[in-house]
Amino acid sequence: MSHDGHHSVVIPAPGPEFVPHTVAHHFDTPVQEFQAAKLGFWLFLATEILLFGGLFAAYFYYHDLYPETFKVGGQQLDWKLGAINTSVLLLSSWTMAMGVRSAQTSQKQKTMMFCALTVVGAAIFMVIKFFEYKAKTEHGLFVFPHMFDGYQVDTTTMTGSLPWFTDVHNVMVDSTGAPLPHGHLFFAIYVTMTAIHGLHVIIGAGLILWVMKGVAKGRFHAGYYLPVDLVGLYWHLVDLIWIFLFPLLYLVP
Amino acid sequence: MTTHAPVLDAHKSHSEKPKHYLNCSSGFWSWASTLDHKRIGLMYLIGTGLAFLAGGLFALLVRLHLWQPDGMLFSNDQYNQIFTLHGAFMVFLFVIPAIPGSLGNIVLPLMLGAKDVALPRLNLLSFYLWLSGAVLAALAIVMGGFDTGWTFYAPYSLYTNKAVVTIGLAIFMLGFSSIFTGLNFIVTTHKLRAPGLTWFRMPLFVWALYATSLLQVLATPVLGITILLVAFERLYNIGIFDPRLGGDPVLFEHFFWFYSHPAVYIMVLPAFGIISELVTVHSRKPLFGYKLIAFSSLAIAIISFLVWGHHMFTSGQSTYAMFAFSFLTFFVAIPTAIKEFSWVATIWKGSIALNSPMLYTLAFLIIFAIGGLTGVILGSLNVDLHLHDTYFVVAHFHYVMMGSIALAFFAGLHHWWPKMFGVMYNETLAKIACLVIFVGFNATFIPQFIMGSQGMPRRYATYVPEFQPYHSASTIGAMILGSGVALMVFYLVASLLTGKKAMQNQWGGVTLDWMSPTPPPLENFAHTPKVTTEVYDYSTLDLKSTQTPIG
Repeated sequence: MSHDGHHSVVIPAPGPEFVPHTVAHHFDTPVQEFQAAKLGFWLFLATEILLFGGLFAAYFYYHDLYPETFKVGGQQLDWKLGAINTSVLLLSSWTMAMGVRSAQTSQKQKTMMFCALTVVGAAIFMVIKFFEYKAKTEHGLFVFPHMFDGYQVDTTTMTGSLPWFTDVHNVMVDSTGAPLPHGHLFFAIYVTMTAIHGLHVIIGAGLILWVMKGVAKGRFHAGYYLPVDLVGLYWHLVDLIWIFLFPLLYLVP
Repeated sequence: MTTHAPVLDAHKSHSEKPKHYLNCSSGFWSWASTLDHKRIGLMYLIGTGLAFLAGGLFALLVRLHLWQPDGMLFSNDQYNQIFTLHGAFMVFLFVIPAIPGSLGNIVLPLMLGAKDVALPRLNLLSFYLWLSGAVLAALAIVMGGFDTGWTFYAPYSLYTNKAVVTIGLAIFMLGFSSIFTGLNFIVTTHKLRAPGLTWFRMPLFVWALYATSLLQVLATPVLGITILLVAFERLYNIGIFDPRLGGDPVLFEHFFWFYSHPAVYIMVLPAFGIISELVTVHSRKPLFGYKLIAFSSLAIAIISFLVWGHHMFTSGQSTYAMFAFSFLTFFVAIPTAIKEFSWVATIWKGSIALNSPMLYTLAFLIIFAIGGLTGVILGSLNVDLHLHDTYFVVAHFHYVMMGSIALAFFAGLHHWWPKMFGVMYNETLAKIACLVIFVGFNATFIPQFIMGSQGMPRRYATYVPEFQPYHSASTIGAMILGSGVALMVFYLVASLLTGKKAMQNQWGGVTLDWMSPTPPPLENFAHTPKVTTEVYDYSTLDLKSTQTPIG
């Protein structure tokens, strides 16, 4: 906007394959715009961590309350698949960082390639996650098709059952074969935490695809790479949360 | 404070009739897609104002029902829904968003000498999240209502057959609306201050909003996940709060109050900020203890994270935790008292203008002293065991939420009304309304203190006949209070149609919000102002020179 005699600041494009960036009208300088967005985004990331913080608090509380359940529950997760997924996400964090670096140095093709690799990483992660969930459904530890069937109370025996937790192989038992207290709770927490994390992976991949659209148009270059930078930060957060989820859920038992 | 005369001249040279944010463009879309902080603030004002009137209507229904010991209007089930609606509407749709969303949005960038908030699109998103939350909340009423109280305590909230998931989603959206507003204000305060406007030259309303914003960003996500977990519990029996499935309902209380106690300060800190502005402008005296008030806002913000357990003295906590929570609750009273004393000391020997914003401010000072001190009473362990879940608690938090926060909101509304619209309301009616509201408010809640101390439990649809005199007095008080609010709405709306033109600087303020043209143009200032003097320095401004009508 340039009414009332205000003149917008324009950052020139470094080459013909790029387009100039116009600083938003309410900022006086590009630095101000950059720093404002960066600070805002860090604060947003803090809210994300606090959101997960509630889940982590619940995890620790019930881990403390039912340690045996969490031990045996964790053993039902495939740590190898978890480790592969951890490696995939760590690698994708590196490709994302390289993508940001390429944008900062106005290397359009490289930015495009590294962003695409990051999306591939996200896809691999979600595919592996899908097979993990599928196994949980088959073993009756978290039966997704019966997820919303509610808590069934038998009024004659006054006992209740969860259709999504059938434990077909009878694994949630102690050394004497007696069922562990509230065996479903570990899997409820596992699925809730990893599904919310998975949702973030999908959102992150969508954001990277959106960034790639801008890259293709030449919007991001040494003079202006803010959105690439911010989406990169988001992706690192997604990675970071998984770095905590993996050992807590798969390895601590 | 600044060279404000050229700002006006530069503006006038452009056109005959000054264009401002209200008339620079028109049509539904120009408002629905606006990025201007003042227009978004106005939309918040209308939205939260309507929510307040709806919540007030529910309150009047509650009070009417309690006219008789066996209840006058509703079944027990309906009564549960009506008081839940009152609480949820007032807390989530009015008290939390009202001051930051409306007055904060309009005044904060002006006070900083900025053209807008730092992230205008996020600001509009905040408003639409609020609107979606409001629409969903209204939808939840149609879809079966909700009867859990505004606190959604598990396990009842897990088992009731009402629309808890819908209202939960509404609160999740309202939460993120609040988070984004706070985030925006923090960034704006850090990055968009005018040259020369150092941290200790910032008006105290800005300081208060800054402390509020920290709380909004750091506490609200926990409410978000808590309310999601309640929804998950209802949708797929996750078991976290459900005792049948090994869950612990007390964990819900911890999560809930970890947010909802700081939320009390999300509500009250902006009100403190308004009062800080108003006592100095209308006493024409620099604030007593400026830095102490600024730091006390931050101190309150920090300590407020550590007192949540005082809502749970009867829920089963370790005795040692209760000692700590009780002590910290007393401790938070210290920065709060610093504020109250500083305001009184500011008025002391000031050149007091007894206009309507100042009357609302004085009403606040009296009511807040009672609201704050009864909070200290409730923070005492053994006393709380007796008073927990009685009308004493209800009266205490209404002295804070309604009597202090809503009154401070009214005070700020009257103070910035001429700035926002360029018109003045009928001052005589305003003074009458303030008096009626003050009398009605006290008549409503003093009886509640008394019957609460005698054991009248809260949330009951019926009561023993011994309490009828108090309940009747309270109901009459509520009617007086309601008519005072109705009168206020009437003259404020009437002023938009028939009000006389306001002055350029109606009250002779020296903060930057009064240095931009009235009403402000789209980008507030023709040139970014430079601040060269200390805050609240009235010696630089001749009061008479400010009293020029606009236009």
